[in-house]
Amino acid sequence: MRAIDRKMLRDLWHLRGQAIAIILVMASGVALFVSQLSMLDSLKGTRADYYRSQRFADVFVDCKRAPLSVAERLREVPGVARVETRISLDVTLDIPGMPEPAAARLLSVPDGRQPALNALFFRSGALPAAPDECVITENFAKAHGFGPGSRIIALINGRRRELAVVGVVLSPEYVYALGAGALIPDNKRFGVFWLRESDLAAAYDMEGAFNSATLQLAPGANERAVRAGVDRVLAQYGGLGAVPRAEQTSHWYLQNELNQLESFGTTLPLIFLGVAAFLLNVVLSRLISTQRDQVAALKAFGYTNLQVATHYLKMVLLLSLIGAAIGTGLGAWLGSQLTLVYTEFYNFPELRFTLPLQVPVMAVAVTAGAAVLGTVWSLRRAAKLPPAEAMRPEAPPRYRPTIIERIGLQRLLSQPARMILRQLERRPLKAAASVLGIAMGVAILVVGMSFLDMINHVINLQANHLQREDVSVTFVLPRGRGALHELKSLDGVLHAQPWRSVPARLRHGHRSRLAGVTGVDTSGTLNRVLDQDLKPVNLPRDGVAMSRVLADVLGLRSGDMLTLEVLEGSRPTRQVRVVALIDDFLGMAAYMDLASLNALMHEDGVISGAYLRVDPDREADVFRRLKATPAVGSVAVKDAVIGNLRTMVAENMMISLMFSVGFACVIAFGVVYNAARISLSERARELASLRVLGLTRGEISFILLGELAVLVLAALPFGCALGWLMARGTLATLNSEILRLPFVVTPFTYAFSSGVVLLAAALSALAVRNRLDHLDLVEVLKTRE
Amino acid sequence: MYVLADDTPKAVFTARGLTKVYRMGEVEVHALRGVDLDLYQGEFVVLLGPSGSGKSTLLNILGGLDVPSTGTVHYRDHDLSAADESALTAYRRDHVGFVFQFYNLIPSLTARENVALVTEIAREPMTPEAALELVGLTDRQDHFPAQLSGGQQQRVAIARAIAKRPEVLLCDEPTGALDITTGVLVLEAIERVNRELGTTTAVITHNAAIAQMADRVIHIADGRIARIDVNTKKLSPGELEW
Repeated sequence: MRAIDRKMLRDLWHLRGQAIAIILVMASGVALFVSQLSMLDSLKGTRADYYRSQRFADVFVDCKRAPLSVAERLREVPGVARVETRISLDVTLDIPGMPEPAAARLLSVPDGRQPALNALFFRSGALPAAPDECVITENFAKAHGFGPGSRIIALINGRRRELAVVGVVLSPEYVYALGAGALIPDNKRFGVFWLRESDLAAAYDMEGAFNSATLQLAPGANERAVRAGVDRVLAQYGGLGAVPRAEQTSHWYLQNELNQLESFGTTLPLIFLGVAAFLLNVVLSRLISTQRDQVAALKAFGYTNLQVATHYLKMVLLLSLIGAAIGTGLGAWLGSQLTLVYTEFYNFPELRFTLPLQVPVMAVAVTAGAAVLGTVWSLRRAAKLPPAEAMRPEAPPRYRPTIIERIGLQRLLSQPARMILRQLERRPLKAAASVLGIAMGVAILVVGMSFLDMINHVINLQANHLQREDVSVTFVLPRGRGALHELKSLDGVLHAQPWRSVPARLRHGHRSRLAGVTGVDTSGTLNRVLDQDLKPVNLPRDGVAMSRVLADVLGLRSGDMLTLEVLEGSRPTRQVRVVALIDDFLGMAAYMDLASLNALMHEDGVISGAYLRVDPDREADVFRRLKATPAVGSVAVKDAVIGNLRTMVAENMMISLMFSVGFACVIAFGVVYNAARISLSERARELASLRVLGLTRGEISFILLGELAVLVLAALPFGCALGWLMARGTLATLNSEILRLPFVVTPFTYAFSSGVVLLAAALSALAVRNRLDHLDLVEVLKTRE
Repeated sequence: MYVLADDTPKAVFTARGLTKVYRMGEVEVHALRGVDLDLYQGEFVVLLGPSGSGKSTLLNILGGLDVPSTGTVHYRDHDLSAADESALTAYRRDHVGFVFQFYNLIPSLTARENVALVTEIAREPMTPEAALELVGLTDRQDHFPAQLSGGQQQRVAIARAIAKRPEVLLCDEPTGALDITTGVLVLEAIERVNRELGTTTAVITHNAAIAQMADRVIHIADGRIARIDVNTKKLSPGELEW
C-alpha cells in the first residue's frame, strides 16, 4: 500500500469516533432507502406473480340481471379476450357470539371448476361440490377461527341458510377486502364467500342469468373502448359501469399504499444523506485546516494539487462506501422483514423477497455523490492551499467584542462567557452550520412524529365530528321513508338520520369516474359533510359537493357543470353544478342534498340506509332486531370502524414511522457528538493553557460545553420550524386518493423531538467532558498549532 | 573570444530583482525588496539573517513553493518566476528536497513511510531504507514521529528530502528547534549529503556559528542581501562552536 494511502487510513482511524457517527448516519439513510425500495420491489413482484398466476381480470362490471346469452355479446366486443360471468350477492351473516350482524359477499364459481379469471388460491380445502358448500376468504376465516368443517348462518333472500365451509382461499380480487361503502377493511365483519353457480342461481332466482362479469383484454386492446362497448351491451340490463383494473377497489387501495410507501422510501433517505454530507463537510474542513502543514509538506515534495485533493477524497469515498455497505446489508435485512410483514398484511400467497441490483448501486452512487458534493468545497480548499502560505502558521484568529458587549452589557458577562460569545460571533458561519446540523436532527424527529399526529387527528375528527352516529345501517335495496320510521321505532334507537346513495358515472369532458353519490339529510346532526374548519358544507338544491381529489381527477373546479349518469333505477342523466370542493380525509365522495337526489331520481323519500344513535345499554337488543330484519343488508359499527382504522395505521404506517424515529435519534447524536468533538480539537490548546493558568476542569468544561449548549438551544426552535416545513413538504408527496392528512403538529411532537436531541447532546457532552478531564496539558502545549 | 573552462562553476540558480509582498492577516509584509543572487552547482551556502529578514521567503521562491511579486528567478533553463502551478509542482517533485524547521513529518506515518511518501512519486529514488541509513536512523525506521526525538525527526525529514536524489537541498532553520548535540548530528547529515551526492545545498539559519561550514555565507537583512562572504576554511559540523 502506498504511504499516502496509509496516512489516509491512519487519519481515519484517528477520527474514528466522528467517522463512526458519520457512517451511522449514512448507513441509516441507506438502510431506509434500500429497505423501502427492496420491499416495494418485492411487493410489486409478488403482486405481479399473484395476479398472473390467478389470472386477475382487467375489467370488472356489475349489472342488475342479464341473460347468460349476453355473455356471448360481451365476448364479441372488440378487444375482449375472455369473459367469465358470475352471480354476486351481498348478504348478512349471523355469527354466534357477535351481537351485530356481519356482511358477506357471495360470489359464484362455475360448477366443478376454477373460474377462468380471478382464480382462487387455496390455503386449505377444495372447491364447493354440493349445495350450501362454500369457500371463504382467509382474513375472515382467521378473524373468526373458521376453517373447513365450520358452519355459518347466512340470510339469503330473507331465508336463513346454513353454509358449510369446505375451503379457505385467497383471491386477487380481495387483497383488500372491503364491504360495500366501507373505507377500511374489517376482517371480522366482512367476508367473501364462493358457492357453486347452480346453487347460488337457484337461491337467488338467477337461473340462466348473471349480474357480474370479469373480462380479460386481448393484448394491445384499447381499454377505454372495451369499457364503452361493455357499457353499451349492459345498459339495458342495469349495468353499473365497467371498472378498469386501476379503479378496482382492492387494486386501487393496494396501488395507493405502494405509492405512499414509495414516497416515504425516497424522501426521508435524502434528508439523511444530506445531513451526512453536511457532517462530512464539517469534519473534513476541520481535518484539512489542522493538517495545513502536512498539506504544505506534501506539496513541497511535489504532490500535485489533484493528488492532494484525491487523498482527502479517498477518505470521503471510503466512508461513503462503508456507510453504504452497512446500510445496504441492514436495509436488505429490514426490507425482507418488512416484506414479510406486508405479505401477511396483504395476504399474498407467497413471500418473494428481491433486492434488485440497481437499488444498492443507486444507494452507493447517491451516498458517494452526496458526500462528494458536501465536501467539494473543502477538497478544493486543500488543493488550492498555497504551499508557502501553509508553511506559516495560521494568522491568529481575529476576535472582537460581541454585540452584547458593544451595547454595554459586558458587566453581565464573566470572562469565560465572553470567550463563548466571541467564539460564536467570530465564526458565525460555522456556528450556523452546527445549528443547522443539530436542527436537522430535531426536524427529522418532528417529521416522523408529525405523521402520527396527523393520523391521530384524522381518526379523532372522524370519530368525534364527522361520524357521530353509533351505527350505520344499509338496506339490501333502497326503501321508502317508512323504513326510517321502523328503525326509529326500534327500542333503544335514540335518533336516526336517513341517507341515500346511488352508483353513478361522473363525467366531465373526456374524463369520467365511477363513484357513489350520497344524498345527505342536511338537517341531520349525526353524520355531516364538514369542511376543513369543521363547518357544515352548505348543499344548495341541484348542486353537488365533492372531495377535492375527485374534482382533480375529473378536472373540475367549483362552479363547473358535471354530467351525472346514474346507474340505478330509471338511470337518469343530468347536468349538475359543482357547488363546493371538500378537503376531506378519506376516499373520494360526492354529496347532494337528499331531497335533490330523490328529485333527480324521480323518486319520493327513498333512502338507502340510516345512521343511528343507540342507547349504549340496549345496543345488543338493537343489533338482534337488526339481524332479524331481512331488509337490512349491512350494519357498520362506528367504534369498530375507528378501531380498524387505528389497527390499519398501527400495522401499516407505524412500522415505517418507528424506523424513522429510531434513525432520527442516530442523526441527532451524530451531529451533536461531532460538533462537540470538533470544538474540543480546535480548542484543546487554549483550554489546556487555561488549566495551566489555574482554571478548574469544571471551568474549562463550561467554556467548551457552554458553547455547545448555546448552539443546541439555538437549534431547538430552528429545528422545530425546519421540521414543520419538511413535514409539509413530505405531506404533499404523501397524499393519495384514499387518504389525505390534514397538516397537524402537536406541541408534544416538538417537545419530544427537542427532548431527544437534548438527551443526545447531554450524552455527547458527557463523552467530551470525559476527554476534557483527561486532557494531557504538557502534551497539548508542546504541539505546534 | 572566451572559452568556458570545464571547472568554471555553473550557476544553478539565477535570481534578479526579486521582490515579494504578501498579506498576513491585516498586515502587508514586504519580505523581499530587490534580491540578486547566483547559486552554483554543488556548493553549500548558508543564508544568514535575523528572523523576519526575508530568508524563508527567498528559500521558498528558490524551491518553487512561492513566486516573486516582481523580478525573475531561473533554475538552470527553467524560468521559475513565469512557471505556473503545475510546472512548479513538477519542478519540486523532480529537483528539490526540502527540510523544514518543524520537520513537517506526517504524524500518522512511520519514519520509513514518511520517506516512502516521497520515493513513491520520484523518478529515480533510493530506497527509504538507504535514505534512512544515510542519516543514521536504520534502527528507528518503524517508529512513528511521536516516538522519535526532535533530532531524529529532523534526520527523518532530511532522509525524506534526499531520498529522491534531488539536485537541490533547501533547509529552513533545520536546527532551529534543536539543542547543540542533536543540531550537530543533523548538520553532519546535511553536510554528508552535500559532499557525497554533490547536492547544491542552501541552509537558512540565524545562528552565525553554522556559517563556518559553508562555502559561501549570504547575509540577509530587511529583505536585501547585505553582503556575501566566501569561506576559505570550511569547518566540519563537529568543529563548530555555538
